[in-house]
Amino acid sequence: MEHIATRAAYGEALAALANEYPNLVVLDADLSGSTMSKKFADVCPDRFFNMGIAEANMAGVAAGLAAAGKTAFIHSFAMFAAGRAWEQVRNSIAYPRLNVKVIGSHGGLSVGEDGATHQCIEDYAIMRAIPGMLVLSPCDGPEMRLAVKALLEYDGPAYMRLGRLAVDSITDEVEGYTFQLGKGSQLRGGTDATVIATGMMVQEAVKASDALQAEGLRVRVIDMHTIKPLDEALVLQCARETGAIVTSEEANVLGGLGSAVCECVAASCPVPVVRHGVEDVFGRSGAAKAVLDAYHLNAEGIAQAVRRAISLKK
Amino acid sequence: MTQHELALTAAKARLLGLEMVYAAASGHLGGSLSSLDALTVLYQNVMRVDPANPQKPDRDRFVLSKGHCTPALYPTLALRGFFPVEDLKLFRSIQGHMSGHAEMHHVKGVDMSTGSLGQGISAAVGLALAGKLDKAGYRVYTLLGDGELAEGQVWEAAMSAAKYHLDNLCAVVDVNGLQIDGKTSDVMPTEPLDKKFEAFNWHVIHVDGHDLTALEEAYTQAAAHKGQPTVILARTVKGKGVSFMENNAGWHGKAPNAEQYEQARAELSAHIAKLEVE
Repeated sequence: MEHIATRAAYGEALAALANEYPNLVVLDADLSGSTMSKKFADVCPDRFFNMGIAEANMAGVAAGLAAAGKTAFIHSFAMFAAGRAWEQVRNSIAYPRLNVKVIGSHGGLSVGEDGATHQCIEDYAIMRAIPGMLVLSPCDGPEMRLAVKALLEYDGPAYMRLGRLAVDSITDEVEGYTFQLGKGSQLRGGTDATVIATGMMVQEAVKASDALQAEGLRVRVIDMHTIKPLDEALVLQCARETGAIVTSEEANVLGGLGSAVCECVAASCPVPVVRHGVEDVFGRSGAAKAVLDAYHLNAEGIAQAVRRAISLKK
Repeated sequence: MTQHELALTAAKARLLGLEMVYAAASGHLGGSLSSLDALTVLYQNVMRVDPANPQKPDRDRFVLSKGHCTPALYPTLALRGFFPVEDLKLFRSIQGHMSGHAEMHHVKGVDMSTGSLGQGISAAVGLALAGKLDKAGYRVYTLLGDGELAEGQVWEAAMSAAKYHLDNLCAVVDVNGLQIDGKTSDVMPTEPLDKKFEAFNWHVIHVDGHDLTALEEAYTQAAAHKGQPTVILARTVKGKGVSFMENNAGWHGKAPNAEQYEQARAELSAHIAKLEVE
């Protein structure tokens, strides 16, 4: 099984597609070695621009490049790409519907040792709040490679989170798996409950589903790589067929995937939804795995949420 | 256009701007009246644009970084032929497409949507960078206010324009010395502007922002300067052309009442009439 960080798969994919997309320009804010946009810079230095530690300007320059017909990918840590430059992304990129992809690397608590100032848990919520913004969080390397290609083909503003940690590649081992923007993928079947997960929580959800079989529970797992627009048809199908939902994300439980799913089922097919994620608190320093465990962002945390969701079923 | 024609066009644009803001009962006149001479010269005698083909790929571009000064930009575009002057009547109206701040998808001739201060100059840097990348010959212009220069993003943009030697970029600062809350020197001093831009590796040109000949010469000089972006520091009078609005921060973003409107209209119309007989 391949074991690769989504940021590494991302950088490789972007570099590999450089020649196929001559209109692609890539910008970074002094973190190209970390976001892996450097892989693109190495093969295509003429279309790579290091804008220095100035994320607001980077977003605005990308808007100008896009207004001149370019496809611009801008990079920083999620905290700064989505957070620092939020209003520039909103007003200079999303409002004029310019073709800029905002790439936020090192999302969530798995940044680890750098601590709370660099652990962005709000990116899904704040990017989702912008009208017309796509919000993506692929779970593994193979899915990330497909997402990069899909984003290059998509004309419009989008945000995508990359992860720092190497993770197991799982989607390439699922029969019938395909990637389409705005469409979730089922990775495990089941009828007792559904876990709808995004990013690196997808792997944990699969582990939880496999573990819960020992308790006689059949838990469906949906890989929801696209948080916005949400695959509402799939969410409602899961609500109807399994009667209980757990959402799981390496992000604040307010405003992100959990909120999106709640909004969807509340309006059309109310079933219990337990939101698994960061419980509206800041992160802290520590080895990534230790931090994730401290906040129950693991398979056991998801399994507990599933038991609770099932107990709430009428 | 001759200097006389330019003066007449700018005078007509000021009257149109006044009428727009009065009809909308809101809008930003002070900084529009101060920047209209620089804009008129730019669109009539400097920029290569084709009103019949506003998206022409090799056109020169303009970004209104002080995005609220649509009562200057929209009349300028109308008088350049991008759309009928009649359209200005629906400025800020739900029935029209003349939005309060500049919008690229709604108003013909607008190259970038702006409104949030400090962001337009970054977009202008991006347009200029694309021009360099494509080896296209077009030039990019952007207009900022001196109060706007308090936004940190302006200086991020200034650094990046110098880094990439964007000599196809020309920024104009409408230095009228006033902003919403009062004098720029009191609210947040942004001077000395020439030393600041020089320190950021820009070519600096000083000009009287109401001297049409000097403005045209400044644009010519900017185009001739190689290896660096140019900033034109245009010293202006906020509210230029309406006696009671001149040098009065209170007219930054306020619409005149009926009596004030009539007086302002009379002053601007008299100026037009005077130019027409010259």
